[in-house]
Parts: sequence; structure tokens; C-alpha cells
Amino acid sequence: MNSLPNTAPRRNLVLYFQVHQPQRLSNMRFFDIGSGNTCFDEEGNRNIVQRIARECYLPANDILLKMIRKHPNIRVAFSLSGVIIDQFDDYAPEVLDSFRALAATGAVEFLSETCYHSLACMMPGKEFEEQVLSHAEKVYEHFGVRPTVFRNTELIYNDEIGRRVSRLGFLGIMADGVEKVLGDRSPNHVFHHPDQELKILLRNYRLSDDIAFRFMEGGKPLTAEKYVSWLNALPHEDQVVNLAMDYETFGEHHKKETGIFKFMEDLLSRLAKSRSFEMTTPSQVIRVTESHSVLNVPHLISWADQERDLSAWLGNDMQRDAFDTLAGLECDIKNIDDNETIAQWRNLQTSDHFYYMSTKKGSDGMVHSYFSPYASPYEAFINYMNVLTDFSMRVQILKAGKIDHSVSVKMAIDQWPQSMGSRMTMMATH
Amino acid sequence: MKVLMFGWEFPPHISGGLGTACHGLTNSLSKENIDVLFVVPKLHGGESADRTDFISASRVPISVSGSVEQYISAGRVNPDVRTPLYQVIRQQTGVEQIEVPSSLSAYRAPSFEETSSTVSHWNYQFADTEVEVATRREPQSSTNPVEERQITEQELPSHAAYQFSGSYGTNLLEEVRRYAQVGAEIASKFDFDVIHAHDWMTYLAGIAAKKVSGKPLFVHVHATEYDRSGEQVDQRVHAIEHQGMAEADCVIAVSNWTKEIVVSRYRQPAEKVKVVHNGIIPKAATEKMFTPPPVGSHIVTFLGRITHQKGPLYFVEAARRVLERIPDAHFVIAGSGDQMPLMIERIAQLRMSSHFHFTGFLKGKDIERVWAMSNVYVMPSVSEPFGIAPLEAIQAGVPVIISKQSGVAEVMPHAIKVDFWNSQELAAAICSMLKYKSLSKTLTRNSAEEIADITWDRAAKKLTQLYYELTSQHCA
Repeated sequence: MNSLPNTAPRRNLVLYFQVHQPQRLSNMRFFDIGSGNTCFDEEGNRNIVQRIARECYLPANDILLKMIRKHPNIRVAFSLSGVIIDQFDDYAPEVLDSFRALAATGAVEFLSETCYHSLACMMPGKEFEEQVLSHAEKVYEHFGVRPTVFRNTELIYNDEIGRRVSRLGFLGIMADGVEKVLGDRSPNHVFHHPDQELKILLRNYRLSDDIAFRFMEGGKPLTAEKYVSWLNALPHEDQVVNLAMDYETFGEHHKKETGIFKFMEDLLSRLAKSRSFEMTTPSQVIRVTESHSVLNVPHLISWADQERDLSAWLGNDMQRDAFDTLAGLECDIKNIDDNETIAQWRNLQTSDHFYYMSTKKGSDGMVHSYFSPYASPYEAFINYMNVLTDFSMRVQILKAGKIDHSVSVKMAIDQWPQSMGSRMTMMATH
Repeated sequence: MKVLMFGWEFPPHISGGLGTACHGLTNSLSKENIDVLFVVPKLHGGESADRTDFISASRVPISVSGSVEQYISAGRVNPDVRTPLYQVIRQQTGVEQIEVPSSLSAYRAPSFEETSSTVSHWNYQFADTEVEVATRREPQSSTNPVEERQITEQELPSHAAYQFSGSYGTNLLEEVRRYAQVGAEIASKFDFDVIHAHDWMTYLAGIAAKKVSGKPLFVHVHATEYDRSGEQVDQRVHAIEHQGMAEADCVIAVSNWTKEIVVSRYRQPAEKVKVVHNGIIPKAATEKMFTPPPVGSHIVTFLGRITHQKGPLYFVEAARRVLERIPDAHFVIAGSGDQMPLMIERIAQLRMSSHFHFTGFLKGKDIERVWAMSNVYVMPSVSEPFGIAPLEAIQAGVPVIISKQSGVAEVMPHAIKVDFWNSQELAAAICSMLKYKSLSKTLTRNSAEEIADITWDRAAKKLTQLYYELTSQHCA
């Protein structure tokens, strides 16, 4: 296979797709707290994952596999969150098979991320590192490869995250190519961390969003021909164009009827034949390309919303209070050291839960509510807090040394304060 | 003595305290040998009270394009046509349902269901153009009768039942206007001695009925726009309230607190305004199933609409101080309303979310469950005409703290009362109640005795006396 670096003046092009669905929460009313209901809506999650598998993951993977067989020089990178891998395992194992088939072609690279698609980088201690390592483990277990390039949840990045990722042994990281860190530089280069042996690839958000958000802009679909003409117009000194988007762009955000799959096929075919671009993977680019310059990122950036910071998840007080309350359980959770409890706690960390609580208005607000299963951020918040309260109660019970999940809640409740009982007695005598 | 009574809701289908009050009052009036013809915008089934007949306004045909004034004049022109058009069916429960010929109900305004559990519908809210439409129609149809005929030629019946939602949605002003037409229509078909209208939604119907029948009008003020909205009063609602009070022969206020507002804000002569305190329907002490609290052991409850009137933000400020002293206190917020977002954001800002629990709008069994787990009920209302919830709390064995700015404070000498704005004092009261079990026990016991006297029977007696006083004046 033609995998050696090409020294010809062809520019590199990285296509990277994010695959993720959160474990959506059960609808937990206040009175359901402590009643032994599950935190997560299994039925709902099964339906969603199976539907998106049918409409997006399976058909998109089919096209990709077909195109790779036709054009062996196609290269694509994926990041599958641990949360979605688990759900595929439970609800749609055929999707994992199709990813394995892609992995077997050698044309597909898998990236590393936090296992629970979380904001663990914002938590104290080693939670972040633990989740990154457990994700790498999961990827190896399912696809037989060990990732060498990291991408954080929604490309959240700063120098400190770069440092932590580098210490874990990663050679490269993906971040968003935002102006406030680039200044007047183009994002289409390889950069490096100010004090680590870590290369940084920046997403070209304009060209990425041209597909992800603006595919149907103006009512008619973008054509691959037009899109490739935009790529060709990029300056020749650019080293690499990184296109990154949700994989759900294909068939979910843009339905099949829009012609998104035809676009995908056409684009892959044109890129495979392109004389000015060579498709490559993140690790390959990092291996063969010299860094253009140092990238200093003192403040947190991400690919979300206009602000491209953390405000999509931790922008208002509800989000911060919910997050702090969740994070505050860490000590108890880790002392209990029960796999199921830890997994539940981490599934509650998934960034989507906080994303639903955003009170932003305007076009960002519309994107938030498109993704949210709740009627309003307040309902999202109340439901999350109810689930979290229910969960913390179980944590307290486990902490007290009772390991049986279902029975112990009721036991603890039965022992609840005598004051209540005495008031009832008093009423009865009255 | 027969009373034509206009309400807006009646149990079991209620969204506020008004329906409960109407229920208690009609039941007790029956003991005074008062017959009630109770009109509601919409009957949902299951409404029942002694000696009370119900009319669903949604089944009363009214002129599609007509105005209230037309009705009033029509009623006067044909004083002998007083036999009801509708078929009256008396059911076993003693409820009369009035049916209209089915062809007339074919024309229906689109009805909508209010979903109280979602966050987007709370208080009443309406389009700004509504009143304009209402007033513009009047001259058209009254000066040009041909217009009306044209409408019928377009295969719309000239008379049809308007499908009321009976809720507090965006069509409220339109419904209130239509309800007045129904009021005139009914007043022209039935015999009665006095008219009694509950709250502003029914005032126009009461006025119309008075004009048709010439009978004395009581308007019953359960709340005013000042209570609901503070100083941001809706001028249209305010105007209807004022008109109702001005045209009434007697204004019933549910408390001295409310009477004060009626006199000072609506400029009514004090002698025209009579205070009749609300009561509470006695509940036989039933064997309660012990409901364990799903959270913590110190539960402080806020139950009611989360609106400016109920003082939710003062509750939050007090909670903050309580948590400084009692870190394991929990606060249950039962209800919904337009200040819920504000409340949640403030709680989150103070990092108290894990101590607050929102149940959403509750009814029936769920309210009992909340009472069963509450250690203290707090009603920090900014302006509460009466406030029946504290009485219900006491019935359920929960001690209460109420604001001095509430009517219920006038009838509860044993409750703890604080100024709504004094969060420090409120917090101190909550802490004492949580910490000193003897205090909460004593308060619960004493208030339970106290509420034995706060009955609808007492309210009905007083009201009956007022009915007779006014009718005798009218006859004289």
C-alpha cells in the first residue's frame, strides 16, 4: 500500500469524523427519586442508537468501505466515544462489525478521547487521565489498534491539556483552528506545543462547517465539485487541511434525501484522484510533517458555539452547579470502587447533559435545542438534578457498606428519621 | 333564594385556588338553603355540589358575530321568552347538564389543551391585539345587521356554542368577552335573585347578567391584578376589574388585606366592600401511608405557583441562610410558574441546586405526598389575598410560616408570621421549626384547632346574610 510520505508538493488532507451518542437520562420525576428506577433511558437509547445506525452509521460505513476498496489511497480518521462503543455493543453490534471492517483496510485511524465524552479535563485529580486510558483500552479491545493522536471532547484544548496528553504518551492532538490563538496564521499547518513534544492539528472550521452546517444552505445541496474547488483555491504553502465533523452529519443532521451520501461518495472519489491533495491520517501527518510554529493556548478553546470556549457546557450557573455537584462525588465513588457505580457516575459526566442546560439564545441556542431532548434548559437541569440526587443517595448507601443496589435504597429509606414517624403518630392521636 | 354564579374553574378540573374556593362556597351555601346555578366555561365531568346546577358555557349558543350589548338589548326586548332552549338532563349526582341541539355546536373555535407540566405555559398571557378585535367588531355588527346575515350565508350558523378552554391561555381575553355573551344569554333564560361573579374573568359576564335581569351583582375578589403582577399590572385586566367593582352592588373581599387594595387601588367606597374570609373543607383524618422523603430529613416546602406574587426569590434567599446553619436541609419546590427560570438560576448561582428539588405542577395524591414528607411549609407571598395552601398544610399536619402580607394571616393567630422581604427573619423561623421539634409540634397542634373554625360554612352564612340584605334593599 502506498503509505510512505509523498515529498511532492501535494498538500495533506485529513478527514476526521466524530461518532458519539450520549446515554440519555431517564425521565425522573421528583417522586421517582429513591424508587429504584434506572438513571438511563435504556429503551430510548436503544431506539435512538438503532435508528441512527440505520440512517447514518451503517450506510455511511458501507460507502466508505466501498470507496476504500475502489481507491486504496483514501484515508479517514474516526473517534468513537466509549459511550457509543458500549451502546453499539448493547444495541447495534453490526455497527461495530462495520467499523472493524474499515479498520481492517488499514486506511482508517482511530483517535483517542475521554471514554465518556466528558469534561473530565475540568475536574481535579486524575479522572481525565483515567478516562483517556480506559478509552484507549476499549479501542484496542474492539479494533486492535492503539491510538497515538488525541482529541478531547468537542476539541476542548489549552496548553495544560496539551501537557497532560503529552505526558500520557500521545504524539499529537486535535484542536479547533480559532483566530484568537492563531492570530494571522493559517490553521492549515502543523503546530507544536510550547514545552512538549506534542504536535497540534487544527481543524479548519470554515471548510468543516461548510459541510456539517451549511450543506443545505440556500435550499440546495453543496456539490463535491464546488467544494473541491474551494480546497484547490487554498494557498500552496499550506501543509494540511483538517476537516472534522460529527459523523451524524451524514444521514442524521442531513437526511439521506438531501443527497448527503452522494456528496460523500463524490467527494471521496474526487479527493482520491486529486493531484493537489493527498488524503492522510492524523498520525501520518504528524510523523512526516515539520511543525510550522509554536501554538500558545493559555485559555480554553473548543469547537462549540460562536464563543468556541467552554460556555456551551459550563456557561451558566445551572451548568456549573450541576457539574460541581457531580464532580464532588468523586472521592466517595472511588472509595466505593464498584465498577457499575463508577460507570454510571462517568456516564453522568458526558458533556451532552450539560449542553442541554445551556440558556444561550440566537443561532447557538437553536443548535443546542436541536440536540436537546428537553423542552427547555430548565427541564434538562431539573431532570439531571433528580437523577443525580437519586444516584448520590445510592452512593451514600454503598458508602455505608451495603452493596446490594436494589434492596438497599428501600432499607435506608425505612430507617429514615424518626421525626417523620413521630409527627405522623401525633396526627393520628389528634 | 337562587344565585346565578359565574366561575372559571370547578373541581376536579382546577389549576388554582379559585376552583377550590367555589366548591367550598357552593357546598356550604346549600346548607343555608341557597340554590346555585353555577356557570363555568367548560365542564370536564365530575363537577358536583349540593343544590347546585352546572352550566357549561361551551354549550350555550351565542351570536357568532354579536356583541354583549346586542344580547342585553335582546334580553330586554323579549322578556317573555324565558324558557331555556336547551335540553336539561338531570343526572344522578344532582348535576344538571344543559345540552344544546347538536347542529349548533358544529361551529367551534379551535380548542387547545393546556399542558401545565411543561415549562412554557404558566400564567395567563395573551396577544396584544385581542381587545382591539373585540371592540372593533361591535359597531360593525350592531349598525349593520346585513353583515351578520352575510356570515350566515357563508354557511356559518348565526348562533353557535363557543368552545371555551376554561384555562388561562393566550385566548383568555377573547374567552372572557365571549363568556359575557353567555352571561347575558343565560340571564335572559333563567330565574334567580342575585348574581355572583368570581374574579375578573367572570366580571363582564356578571355585569351583562345584571343588565339583562336587573338583579343585584356581587363581585368576589379572590385576587387582584396587583397581587398577581406587582406594579406591572396589565391595564386591560385592571380595567375589567375596576369596571366589575364599580358596577357591582357589593364587593366581596377575601381578606382585610384585599379589601385595603380594593379601596385604595380601585377607589371603591369602604362600606361597599365586605370581607368574607375563605374557609377550608374539613377533611376527615384518614390513615396516612407513611411516605418517606426521597431526599434528606429536613424538608422545607414551597408549594404554589412560582410567580412574583408567591415570593419564590425570598424563599431562596432564606434557604441560603438556613443552609449556613443546617447544611443538610432540603427544599422542595412544588409548582411551576414564570419565575421558575429565575429561581433556578439564582439557586444555581448560590450553588444550592443539590438542596433544591423541583416537582413541577402537582395535584391530588402528589400534593399529599409532599405534605407527608414536609417538616415545614413556607408561604413567603409578596401579596396574598387569602392563601388556602397554609390551611391545607395544617390539615396535613405540617406547621407553617406565612408572610404578614397574606389574608390568611388574619385568621391564624398561632402561625409564625414574617415580612416576606425579611429573609433573615424567615430563615430564623425555618431553622427554629426544624431544630425545635416541640415548637413545630405545638404550632401544628394549635393551628389544627384554629382551622376548625375557618370553615366555608362560616363564609356561606355571612354571604347569605349579605344576599338577603341586598335583595331586600332592591325590593324596597
